[in-house]
Amino acid sequence: MLKIGPYSFNSRLLLGTGKFPDFDIQKEAVEKSETEILTFAVRRMNIFEPEQPNFLEKIDVNNYTLLPNTAGAKTAEEAVRIAKLAKASGLCDMIKVEVIGCDKTLLPDPIETLKASEMLLEEGFIVLPYTSDDVLLAKRLEGLGCHAIMPGASPIGTGLGIINPLNIRYIIEQSSVPVIVDAGIGVPSDAAKAMELGADGVLLNTAVSGANDPVKMAEAMKYGVLAGRASYEAGRIPKKFNAAASSPLEGMSIL
Amino acid sequence: MNMTVNGRDVELPDHVTTVRDLLDHFKLNKELAIVELNQSILDKSIRDDAALSDGDRIEIVQFVGGG
Repeated sequence: MLKIGPYSFNSRLLLGTGKFPDFDIQKEAVEKSETEILTFAVRRMNIFEPEQPNFLEKIDVNNYTLLPNTAGAKTAEEAVRIAKLAKASGLCDMIKVEVIGCDKTLLPDPIETLKASEMLLEEGFIVLPYTSDDVLLAKRLEGLGCHAIMPGASPIGTGLGIINPLNIRYIIEQSSVPVIVDAGIGVPSDAAKAMELGADGVLLNTAVSGANDPVKMAEAMKYGVLAGRASYEAGRIPKKFNAAASSPLEGMSIL
Repeated sequence: MNMTVNGRDVELPDHVTTVRDLLDHFKLNKELAIVELNQSILDKSIRDDAALSDGDRIEIVQFVGGG
C-alpha cells in the first residue's frame, strides 16, 4: 500500500491528465493504468465558451483521488493562491507543489518550493512537493513535514528517464515519507527502475499521453511499476564481476 | 453592473446580483467552477450566494488537464 498522509492506495502509479489526444482515449488509458491518483492543473474558465468539455465530467471522481498542481506559479505566494483555489473546489486537500524557476528547463525553484511547502503545511494541506533530485533539499522538505517528496527523474516532458539514479537512491534511503519519482519518465523500464531503487510511486504524464497508443502505454506503465516494485520487495542479487554458472558442475563426465 | 471577470471587463444585466447569477449568466458549469471574488477565495458552501458589486474583480477557474 502507498500511504500519503491519511490516504492509502493500492496503485503506485500516479497519472497526469494533460495533453491526451481526446477524452475517450484518456478515459481508457486511465482505466488501463489502474491509477487511483490523477493530477490536474488549475486554470481560468473561458467565460465566453460555456460548452467547453472537461475530463472531470467523463470520470467518476469518487473513484479517484485528485492531486491538483500549482503549475504556472513562479513564486511561493502564487503557488499558495493556486492551492487554495484548488481546495475550494471541495474535491481534494492534497496539493502537488510545483514552482517552476526556469522556462527553458522547467526545473523547480528550490527556494520558492520550500517556502510554498511550508506555507501550505501551515494551512493544513497534504503537501507533495515536486523537487529536483537534490538530496539535501529533499531532506529539508521532509523536515518541514511534507507528506511525500517528489523528485524529478529528468526535466518535465523529456522522457530521458532517471539521469541521476544515485541521488534518487540517496533520497529514498533517507526519507521516512513516501518518495514518488515525478517527471522525465519515458518508458516502463524507467518506471521499473525507479521502483527497483525503492521509490514508493511514480508520477508520469507525457510518456502515456504522448505515446502513439496511450492506452497500451498506460497498461505498460502499470506493469513497469508493478514489476519494479515486486523486484524491490524480492531483493535483487548483488552485482558481481566474476561469472558464476547457474547450471551444476556435477555430472559433466558425459563429455 | 460593470466588473472584471477573468481579466475581461464585462457589463452585466441588472438581475445579476450574486455569484450564482453570474455563473448562470455565462452558462458555466457550477460543479466545476471555483470562484475568487476580489482576491478572496469563496468556499463552495458560501459561493453561490455571495453578493456582487460594481467594480468587483472575479476569477473563475477550474481543474484542467495537467501533470
